[in-house]
Amino acid sequence: MTGFATPLTGYLLVAALLFAIGLAGALTRRNAILVLIGIELMLNAANLNLIAFWRYLPHPEALTGMIFAIFSIAVAAAEAAVGLGLVISIHRHAHTTDLDEMNRMKG
Amino acid sequence: MFTPQIAESAASGILWLIPALPIVASGIIALFKQPMRKLSATLAIGSLSCSLLLSLFAFGHVLVGWDRGSAVRETVNFTWIQVGTAHVDLGWILDPLAAVMLVMVTFVGLLIFIYSIGYMAHDENYTRFFCFLSLFAGAMLGVVIANSLLLLFMCWELVGLTSYLLIGFWYQKPSASAAAKKAFLTTRIGDVFFLLGMVWLFAQTGTLLFYNAGMGSMEALKLGGLLATPSGLGLTAAGAIGLLIFAGAAGKSGQIPLHVWLPDAMEGPTPVSALIHAATMVAAGVYLIARVYPLMQAGAQVGGTTVALTVVTWIGATTAVFAALIAVAQNDIKRILAYSTVSQLGYMMAGLGMGGVAVGMFHLITHAFFKALLFMGAGSVIHGCHEEQDIRHMGGLKVEMLGTFIPYAIGMLALCGFPLFFSGFWSKDGILEAAQHWSVAKTPLYMLVFGALLTAFYMTRQVSYVFFGNWRGHGEPHESPSVMLMPLAILAFFAIFLGAIGTPAWPWFRAFLEGHTARFDLAGFGEPGLPALMATSSVVVLLGLVVAWWIYGNKPTRVEDPDALERAFPTIFTLLEGKFYIDELYGVTVIAFYAWWARVADWLDRRVWGGIVAGIAWLFREGAQLSRLFDLNWVDGGFDKGCEELANSGGLMSRIESGRVQMYLRLLALAVVLLTAILIWSSRG
Amino acid sequence: MSFVFWLLAAITVAGGLAAVLLKNLVHCALALTVVFAGLALLFLQLDAQFAGFAQILVYVGAVAILVVFAILLTRSSETPKDGGVFSRTWGAGLAISAAVFAVLGWVVLQSEAGLPREINVPNVTVLQIGNALMGRYVLPLEIVALLLTAALIGAVIVAMHEKGDAK
Repeated sequence: MTGFATPLTGYLLVAALLFAIGLAGALTRRNAILVLIGIELMLNAANLNLIAFWRYLPHPEALTGMIFAIFSIAVAAAEAAVGLGLVISIHRHAHTTDLDEMNRMKG
Repeated sequence: MFTPQIAESAASGILWLIPALPIVASGIIALFKQPMRKLSATLAIGSLSCSLLLSLFAFGHVLVGWDRGSAVRETVNFTWIQVGTAHVDLGWILDPLAAVMLVMVTFVGLLIFIYSIGYMAHDENYTRFFCFLSLFAGAMLGVVIANSLLLLFMCWELVGLTSYLLIGFWYQKPSASAAAKKAFLTTRIGDVFFLLGMVWLFAQTGTLLFYNAGMGSMEALKLGGLLATPSGLGLTAAGAIGLLIFAGAAGKSGQIPLHVWLPDAMEGPTPVSALIHAATMVAAGVYLIARVYPLMQAGAQVGGTTVALTVVTWIGATTAVFAALIAVAQNDIKRILAYSTVSQLGYMMAGLGMGGVAVGMFHLITHAFFKALLFMGAGSVIHGCHEEQDIRHMGGLKVEMLGTFIPYAIGMLALCGFPLFFSGFWSKDGILEAAQHWSVAKTPLYMLVFGALLTAFYMTRQVSYVFFGNWRGHGEPHESPSVMLMPLAILAFFAIFLGAIGTPAWPWFRAFLEGHTARFDLAGFGEPGLPALMATSSVVVLLGLVVAWWIYGNKPTRVEDPDALERAFPTIFTLLEGKFYIDELYGVTVIAFYAWWARVADWLDRRVWGGIVAGIAWLFREGAQLSRLFDLNWVDGGFDKGCEELANSGGLMSRIESGRVQMYLRLLALAVVLLTAILIWSSRG
Repeated sequence: MSFVFWLLAAITVAGGLAAVLLKNLVHCALALTVVFAGLALLFLQLDAQFAGFAQILVYVGAVAILVVFAILLTRSSETPKDGGVFSRTWGAGLAISAAVFAVLGWVVLQSEAGLPREINVPNVTVLQIGNALMGRYVLPLEIVALLLTAALIGAVIVAMHEKGDAK
């Protein structure tokens, strides 16, 4: 089993990988919902980062990292709700969720 | 010598009015319309009459002074231009010479003015005539009273101008305008030399005034300076300046070689010929020489003469004979008189050169009277023969025009110098006497005697053709009105009795001019050589008269008959009739050269200077084209291209705004990557 | 590193890959759920029990369901779209993601030396969390409550049928 220098490094790398995967999905898939899925992945990766740092780094306040992550979860949920509501609304108008075809803002 | 009187008096104070009045009258007449004839004539005659009265007053003043034993020479000078320390003065002078000249000019002028009323009555340009006549009279009087060579020159030029205007009075005739131009240009040539002499005089002496209380250019101080200055060709400055001034006089007085304008000047109306070309303007040259006589005479030894005066004498004598020869073969009544004038002017110049101011001036005064008389008589004849001027178409007029014939005959005899009773005899004899005593040579004497013979000859020929024989003209001749005959009679009177003041027995004229007493002394006739001379000249005159009468006499002739002389000596006659072909000679040489030079100048002007100007213009045009191209392609074009590129780049840039969300996201992510990288690198560094 | 970590990491990453690569959207949603679960377990392994259980409750229980509902509501057809599920310019996106991962990974690996080795587990109880939420972090808590209310209302408004809008 290969090991990292510190356990923290492993968690951070996993978070980075997850973030990159989520970004790739958001940037390359045609469906709008998949973009939102990608965004959720990115947020979760950030959460992992937060918790990992909370666990392994000294901090004057014992709770900061945890509270941060909890709030992040709450906000991400709200955002997902609104975003999906928007996608549904767009689908109602354009009858499609294909992002390649949504270029009414083309300038 | 008398005691000099140089203080100003009332006479010299009002002297300037004498020329001013006619000039002002001329100016006023110039504003009149042509129909205002009576008014213009009245104004001209009135102003000249006032000038005559003033001249008589001045003459009287000088006469009184002479009588009392003072030689009057009063001057009024004033500064005209002042530049630093150099200044140019003008002024007028009243002395015996000026006084007699004033009286003569105003008197003869007035008579001619009155004559013109009758002569020009049918002319439509009556008013213009009197305007010019008046201007001429004023200018001539200005020449007479001038004390400054500059003032004299200015009036001299004015006289030349009015002569041009009057000769070309009937300007519609091409021959008249050509004659006017010829007169003006020929005298101009003389005037160039006059101007040179004037400038040189000013440069040498610093003043152009004749008499200025000892500082004038004719006075001893300045003359001494001029004599001391050599000028090359063996002349002193005085001699050279004298010769230059004489060149100007030669132009105005029709001496060889500048005589060619005078006969052609007969194109003008007869009063003009009488006034200008007999009595006054041509005499201005003689008067000028008399005025600058101290300059001409400067440096002469006692009994000797100067180079300048010698030149004057020779040219005068040559002109006298030359013109008399030509007059023998002319057929125009006025032309004969014109050549006669040229000849008599030669006499005057010779008299001045050999005998001094009094001799030349006396002949000038007498000549003025009888020549004016002759011209006015000729005018009367022309008028009576319905504007005919060729003597071959006249004849037998002594019957029809007796009132003209008698004064004319008197004038003709005076001109010939008929012994004893006529003024011309005494004045011409004065000149012959001076020639007899001339130290340089006797040739002028023989020339002048020969000239007297010729004078008698051609005058008798003319009178025979005109008044004797049978009538060969058109229509019927008629006598002229008394307004024309009256001046003739007055002048005839003077032609006879004026001689009295110049006889050797009572040389009043000479005494008056030179400022010494004159006594009536019959012993004056007894001077050595004088009786022989008087006898010789009388014989010569009678000879000429008789020969001419014998040839032409009272014989009836027909128009187409050739002249008797022509039959006898055809070649000589043709040469004389052709005026020795001097005009043609000038035409081939001087005028041809002038025309060639004018062509050269024209070519230069058009090709060279014009070419340069055109070249510069072309250069500018091309430069403008270049600038336009530059502007169009570089500036405009560059600007357009720039805008085009901007628009294109905008088009390019707008592709980023694809309206697709994922594109924006990608850009965001990319930006984050870049920023992070920059941050890391900057913090690491 | 322990074996558990590697296992959980593998599951999570595999689920993430599946979530973005699968063609069927519902499969993607399910894969997403797997990712959420894996992450929760990772939280638990990190001794962040409250965060782990909150993750399960919120993400797996609500967000995943939400995603599935959204997929089901926006189905226009079962036929696969023309041109595939990936964008025409997927290469650029991939490259950018790779760049991002590269930067992050490089940062992490470079700063290994500065990271501490082992730290004591922070002793955090739920009571402490509650006290903190009501005490120190009461303001953020209220704001988040407001946010959630707004999101709720907003989502309803955005997604509901408008008058006269034909379906």
